[in-house]
Amino acid sequence: MEELRELAMVLLMLINMLLLVSSRIRYCIRLVAIQGFLVGIVPVIAAGSSPEISVFLTAVSAIAVKCVLLPILLSRSQITADVRREVDPFVSYSASIIIGIICLVLSFWMADKLPVMERNVSPVAVPGAIFTILIGLFLIVSRRIALTQVLGYLVFENGIYLFGGALLLENSFVVELGILLDVFVLVFVMGIAVFHISHEFNHINTDRLSSLSDWIDDENVSEEAGK
Amino acid sequence: MILFFVLVPVLSALAALFIRSNKLRRALLVTTGAIHLGLVITSFFVETAELFDGWLVFDAPGRLFLSITSFLFFMASMYAVNYLARDSRHHHGSATSEFTLRFFEFSREAVFTTCMLLFLSTMSLVTISHHLGLLWVAMEATTLASAPLIYFHRNNFSLEATWKYLLICSVGIGLALFGNMLLLVACPADGSGPMHLMLNSFIDDASLLQPQWLKMAFIFFIVGYGTKMGLAPLHTWLPDAHSEAPSFVSALLSGALLNCAFLGILRIHQICIAAGLAYFSQELFRIFGMGSLFFAAVFIIKQKDYKRMLAYSSVEHMGIIALGVGLGGEAVFGSMLHAVNHSLTKGMLFMVAGNILAFYGTRSTDDVVGVYKRLWFSGLLWTMGFFAITGTPPFGLFISEFIILKNAFISGYFITAAFYLILLSVIFIAMGVIFLNMVQGSPHEPKDAKPHVLFRERFFSVFPPAVLCALTLVLGVYIPDFLRDALATAAKSFGG
Repeated sequence: MEELRELAMVLLMLINMLLLVSSRIRYCIRLVAIQGFLVGIVPVIAAGSSPEISVFLTAVSAIAVKCVLLPILLSRSQITADVRREVDPFVSYSASIIIGIICLVLSFWMADKLPVMERNVSPVAVPGAIFTILIGLFLIVSRRIALTQVLGYLVFENGIYLFGGALLLENSFVVELGILLDVFVLVFVMGIAVFHISHEFNHINTDRLSSLSDWIDDENVSEEAGK
Repeated sequence: MILFFVLVPVLSALAALFIRSNKLRRALLVTTGAIHLGLVITSFFVETAELFDGWLVFDAPGRLFLSITSFLFFMASMYAVNYLARDSRHHHGSATSEFTLRFFEFSREAVFTTCMLLFLSTMSLVTISHHLGLLWVAMEATTLASAPLIYFHRNNFSLEATWKYLLICSVGIGLALFGNMLLLVACPADGSGPMHLMLNSFIDDASLLQPQWLKMAFIFFIVGYGTKMGLAPLHTWLPDAHSEAPSFVSALLSGALLNCAFLGILRIHQICIAAGLAYFSQELFRIFGMGSLFFAAVFIIKQKDYKRMLAYSSVEHMGIIALGVGLGGEAVFGSMLHAVNHSLTKGMLFMVAGNILAFYGTRSTDDVVGVYKRLWFSGLLWTMGFFAITGTPPFGLFISEFIILKNAFISGYFITAAFYLILLSVIFIAMGVIFLNMVQGSPHEPKDAKPHVLFRERFFSVFPPAVLCALTLVLGVYIPDFLRDALATAAKSFGG
């Protein structure tokens, strides 16, 4: 069981790194689906030889949402929005991988600095969770296409779920709450499908990049405020 | 009894979805607001028991924030009547159905009203929940219920604002969930600690918690819920959402939602106080408070959009409220009073801004001149609002800002007090330029010949802001005993 748990964590970290360098959105969705499965299964492995029935139920529903439902919806809206590749992210792929490595080091360092935990946790669980959260946040801010931002949010959320699951907090109702975060993802996916948000607003009106901002010169503002 | 605060709006939200007549639906909106307010007033006289093993408890801080929310909602719902009527006249013919579900067609206005009522219900749930998980769910639900309200105008700008609002707030909510987990990690592993996520049990057994984990949890809570509350530098969604939403929705977002988010942070602050970590959480409150004041001052200067200016002013006032809690002692009372005053004043200002926007058809401060000549009553309220929001006597905000300042000196935070004064005066001057330029002067005749027809000052568009203005004026002169008691008991829970 111990090895299995650690293996899942290492796989998760590898998936995070892969997400940083893949530009094909279909591939990214698949990676996130695998990650969703791993994240869902970790609490069951962590619970040891005789997990309670509630742990199983939570795991099943988490996997159903994170690994089946959301990826299907995401691929559908990927087809509707007709985006295949993230061509020109704010941070280039080679820079992303360096930032990813920095995040990895940072998360191990942070986990090392954390106060002593009175629980039996795998040594890679906490750094793994922090790493996943960091990568998720990085994907949200560094990608241009709405769909990849949503994928980033999903990764961020997987990290939080993983933290709760790996630390055996499952009988306290908080891990179950984590699944509720997926409602947001659902809303985002709907937003993409219904309102055709494909880029984060840059392509709607290329001559006024990010129109709602205070950092533009005066003429633009008065013109837009009039709209 | 407590359950009614949540159930009444939910039921009428469902009803609003299926009512065909616009007039009836608007009447329902106002009636629900009135019933909710009536329930809240009754709760001052009737003792309410806790529900569901203490998941829902109606305590002093909750009551205070619920009263603010409910009162503001009632005012906003009255204002909404006129707004929605004008909007449906304006879009006549193009009023296509929002979406279809089998046999029912829901109009845009029906969906909007439903969301507004759900928004009230979720905010009420935030104020009464004493289970931190439930509080978190309620907070998430406020985001979801209010997002369609921001997207009312159905254009690219409001879509962008809604998207930003959802994305930024959902990350904040995610971080707050992480805070909840850290709070559980802080409990002793053998199960001797507090009951899972029950606020009261955490406060009672706070000494058993591991201080480092509790500190980390507080950081995640203040960042997570602080995103929602609009503490700088996490406020970036706020100016967009406030400027794009219909004016009375902005009033609700600013006057009610931000307070509710603040209540979420205050709940964890209660645990920190009980655990003897008040010095730590108060320091964070002070840092975020001063930061918000600074950011607001920078962005208010030369602001070209008056609704954005009001939004930044909300950031400023949230900063002041956080600062007051951070100073502790009597300043917490000042903070609570400030929350009340700010909600009243900002509610009024957003509604007046809505009148001005409807008349001039622009949010640009350059194009709005001579409000006095065009809409004399709104112009008058706008000027009064300027003096009220900048904390000029005799308005209520002066009293609360002064209490906070006084306590900053008493507790020896001289540098903080100095910066507080400097930033407040910068904001006063910056806002003065914008406000006074708008009301004075004479409008260029040919330019506003067109929008002239669109808007006249009707009863429902000036009455709610006038009431709010009168109240904040009264609070500046005299604070009634029951309010003083309510504020003092609320402040006591947060180290006041």
